[in-house]
Amino acid sequence: MRILERLWASLDERLGLAPLVEFARHKEVPRHRTSWAYYFGGLTLFFLGIQIVTGILLLLYYRPTAEAAFESVQFIVTRVPFGWLVRSIHSWSANLMILSAFVHMFSVYLLGAYAKPRELTWWSGFALLLLAMGFGFSGYLLPWNELSFFATRIGTDIAGKTPLVGPWLLRFLRGGDDVTGATLTRFFGFHVALLPMLTSGLLALHLLLIQKQGMHVPEGEAREAQRRPPIPFFPNFALREAAVWLGGLALLAVLAAFFPWELGVKADPFAPAPAGIKPEWYFLFMFETLKLLPPHVLGIEGELVGLALFTLGGLVWFLAPVLDRGSRRGVRSRLFLLLGWLALAYLVSFTVLSLAGVFP
Amino acid sequence: MAADGTEPTVGRRTLLNWLLGTSLGATLAAALYPVLRFVIPPEVAESPTNRVLAGKLSELPPNTGRVFRFGAKPGILIRTASGEVRAFSAICTHLNCTVQYRPDFQHLWCACHNGHYDLQGKNIAGPPPRPLEAFKVDIAGDDIFVTKGA
Repeated sequence: MRILERLWASLDERLGLAPLVEFARHKEVPRHRTSWAYYFGGLTLFFLGIQIVTGILLLLYYRPTAEAAFESVQFIVTRVPFGWLVRSIHSWSANLMILSAFVHMFSVYLLGAYAKPRELTWWSGFALLLLAMGFGFSGYLLPWNELSFFATRIGTDIAGKTPLVGPWLLRFLRGGDDVTGATLTRFFGFHVALLPMLTSGLLALHLLLIQKQGMHVPEGEAREAQRRPPIPFFPNFALREAAVWLGGLALLAVLAAFFPWELGVKADPFAPAPAGIKPEWYFLFMFETLKLLPPHVLGIEGELVGLALFTLGGLVWFLAPVLDRGSRRGVRSRLFLLLGWLALAYLVSFTVLSLAGVFP
Repeated sequence: MAADGTEPTVGRRTLLNWLLGTSLGATLAAALYPVLRFVIPPEVAESPTNRVLAGKLSELPPNTGRVFRFGAKPGILIRTASGEVRAFSAICTHLNCTVQYRPDFQHLWCACHNGHYDLQGKNIAGPPPRPLEAFKVDIAGDDIFVTKGA
């Protein structure tokens, strides 16, 4: 212990760490009926940590070419000791991370935490969710199987329909006109270098803002939060968060061990798209909507109308702190609250109905 | 201040800031332009494929279809229940998936978003906005040749 104390003293002497400790000692978390919502950002971070560790492990064997990718993943799951487990954890944890991020985002929205002065936190969080979906989309292709091949054809074709920059974006994403080995190499680069770099920067900003501004107390909970004493962050909240992480780890372990992620069939660019093809669950609402749209809406191609509406919806969601004017004064508009519940109902119902096979 | 006592229209500091700003902008542009050009892959000149041997008649029984390679793109060869051979581009006009022949429907179908095309390649149900591109079919003995631009 003497050594640790001396090490701390010498670091503090050089770096002036005492204020940080003081900050941590006084950090508090408000207590009220909806304080459960405070745990989901941290849980998302926990799954991200697992993604980083398992991702680095998979890098030791994965080969990013059209000829070798599928075989290298096959080698990982069949020959490498615990390879099936590491890959299964990586896939399941990715999905749990997105799920947890969605719960986090919707709870933040519905409790009005996006309002002034937390606009930047909302915007950085929104960008982080887009990056997470980018991770999912790029990682999905890496095993180079049939499903991921066609999902990438569709996804990049959608990006190619962006006005003005569409054709440029399509060639940038695909590394050519079609989805080929060049696309796989690019997606690998995005997945392991570009997206992690952007995520690190934005995540640092996101966490810094939360430290700076503290936890948001929802409008209706202010009185209760005043009445009940807040809990200290260290060690009380940190330990509770650790218990939530442990729960997340247990769920992940069960899913990864009992439902190992399938590898599927190797992609063949000259085979028809297989029946029952579906994207990852978090793109299902979009997928089913695109299926339901008629070929033409008011003379415009149906999928273009759908994509324009998704973009508009995303923009409204992103700009909620600005558009919901009352929120700046602490009075949220009923319209924005209703919009949030409608968005949640749409997302959940379409995803569940699609998983249940209700759509043709 | 100028020699005649009047303020110059552009101060020395403004001019220096402007020069510094534009040089900084130019340096950034000089660095960004090659990066932007680099990330877009160069056009690879492909020898234009206008006619290919798409398959054998003996391997294509009535009420079946098969995807063939037309240059870098997939095409689909179908033999109707009545025995007629037709060829189309296999790329769905909705979102770029590869279509297939469904013997149970007796027409073309795209699995990705449930798009249906009739035996003329016309979009008849689901989200596809346009018909499939049709190719010309020539049969020489057992060989089926497909020509683009028919």
